[in-house]
Amino acid sequence: MSQTVTESHTDGQIGSASDLHLAAFRFMLWARLLDEKFATLYRAGKIHGGVFLGRGQEALSAAIGVHLNKTDVFAPLIRDAAGRLAFGEPIIDAVRTYMGSALGPMRGRDGNVHRGKPQDGYLPMISHLGAMISVVNGVLFARRMKGIKGIVGAACLGEGATSTGAFHEALNQAAVEKLPLVLVVANNQFSYSTPNDRQFACADLAHKAVGYGVEAHSVAGNDFAACMEVVGRAVARARAGHGPQLVVADLLRLCGHGEHDDAGYIPPDMKNSPLGRDCMKLAEEFLLKKKFTDAAQIAVWRSEAVREIEDAVAQVQREPAPDPFAENWTALATENLSEGRE
Amino acid sequence: MSITYLEAIREAQAHALRDDPRVFIYGQDVGAFGGAFKATKNLQKEFPGRVLDSPISEDAMVGLAVGAAIEGMRPIIEMQFADFSTVGFNQIVNQASTLFWRTNVPCPITVRLPFGGTSGSGPFHSQCIEAIYAHYPGLVVLTPATVEDAYSMLLGAVAVNDPVIFCEHKFLYYHLKAEKLPSEALPIGKARIAREGRDLTIVTYSAMVHEALVAATELATEGWEIEVVDLRSIKPLDTDTVMASVARTGRLLCVGEAWPWGGVTAEVIARVTSEGYGLLDAPPQRLNAKDTPVPYHPNLWAAHRPTSRSVAAAARNLLRT
Repeated sequence: MSQTVTESHTDGQIGSASDLHLAAFRFMLWARLLDEKFATLYRAGKIHGGVFLGRGQEALSAAIGVHLNKTDVFAPLIRDAAGRLAFGEPIIDAVRTYMGSALGPMRGRDGNVHRGKPQDGYLPMISHLGAMISVVNGVLFARRMKGIKGIVGAACLGEGATSTGAFHEALNQAAVEKLPLVLVVANNQFSYSTPNDRQFACADLAHKAVGYGVEAHSVAGNDFAACMEVVGRAVARARAGHGPQLVVADLLRLCGHGEHDDAGYIPPDMKNSPLGRDCMKLAEEFLLKKKFTDAAQIAVWRSEAVREIEDAVAQVQREPAPDPFAENWTALATENLSEGRE
Repeated sequence: MSITYLEAIREAQAHALRDDPRVFIYGQDVGAFGGAFKATKNLQKEFPGRVLDSPISEDAMVGLAVGAAIEGMRPIIEMQFADFSTVGFNQIVNQASTLFWRTNVPCPITVRLPFGGTSGSGPFHSQCIEAIYAHYPGLVVLTPATVEDAYSMLLGAVAVNDPVIFCEHKFLYYHLKAEKLPSEALPIGKARIAREGRDLTIVTYSAMVHEALVAATELATEGWEIEVVDLRSIKPLDTDTVMASVARTGRLLCVGEAWPWGGVTAEVIARVTSEGYGLLDAPPQRLNAKDTPVPYHPNLWAAHRPTSRSVAAAARNLLRT
């Protein structure tokens, strides 16, 4: 049985570059405001466990999200709220997962950024960095066996993940199989607190691509227009059959690793350098300069986003928490092979 | 015509590939070469595009299988040796085993682990690491001891909608033969009484079943009737069959080729002691490999793991208690 994916995706329907930029910007805006709400809820003690923000990485994240079709595969990392929304995640799913709602996609069994719907090609990360890449490979590999064409799979990581064995094994595997994988590395200068000079010794992470026999793309990760262009090109190259694409985006995380972390290890000089410029601000400047939109419209979007987020949080706060007595406490799909059930 | 344990594994894979278009095999040297042990001999020729060589990347092999399973496939991963599966451990115990519980999407992958000692194989080609996998929720761990079980349980593993760690014993690959392949089998998760007796129960699995059976034959000449329980599956563990046997004999000896600390033998004794203390006429005993890496030289190896002689000696001690 051979299938060809012909379904057009959001950006295809929108048509022009300015519309695609506007769509991406709106996802960035929604993501920034959603993250801020999570930070507020965290400080108010309303969220169990950690909160991880994408502040400063929204342009890169939205760029990958808007260039994927609904029939593509996406394995986001912790700072990809924008990309998740662009890939089609409803705000309510993010809120439910952070707040542990029984009605969320993870049903309170997993939380915060560990969310997804594998059946929709949206893969929920495990915490082990680099481990999602080969899973994306597997989905792409299986679809190729089924004769499905024209799809890509994106996996997002930070520069720290490039030091793992899983990264090496999976990128090499994708290259050997010539899979349509787009590997997006957000080089945000610190893996938790570890600076790049303690993480890797190559001059540029993009150089790694040569060793794997894959194509590389470098971009200033806080430059919205550049991210849209470069990520768009990488996705198009993968979709056209040119094999895995490595995108390395240099940027700075404008927050701690999580909300528990004050990021005191980031030197002020770096924050004040071009690397430290906020991608939201740059994106807004770009859209206004190009006259793609105006400040009044952005203000309307902002208030729409705030209302949607507040509504979602209010709804989830009324929803039931998971009930331990209603759990079946089995980790197997084959229930009769489960041990220890009462 | 006779068929070996290894050939049964090959035949089960051919059967699965033939019956189910979702099945494919991925592993090191499994393609044209037919695998390090020839468990996939000629399968690539018979099933083009579905038996594929992987790079030497156990982590990525298992990760790929999980992705393919999400996509509705039923991959079989061949680890060249069980010992090397530790490189793919993270993907097995954190990715594959948690997927269904977290997302409600099943992860039907079979990871074949050629395991256990053979003479001269040394520390890194001999290990029995089934207990490590059994420790994690979300995995099924199978340890067939016979040609018939190697065949039917591998078919069953591929059919199960969960990740299965299929421990196939390398010592049995060529040593064990059957007249024909079975047409029916005990369900997965059920233990088997390999030999009936009334004086003492030996609970064991995989290659140690055969050491226990030889010991039982030897003890029969001394007038003892030993019952041997072949667990077949160590997770789930068929506690009911074990308990029923101990109820008949009152004495329990657990035998495992794996290291002693926290393993299958410890688990069986813990269950029988806590749930069936009153059934026991003597303290339960166990016999495992010594707590060192598996030695290379045959003299050392033969002393490192339990053998029919050491099993018989342990049983005699327990019968005198």
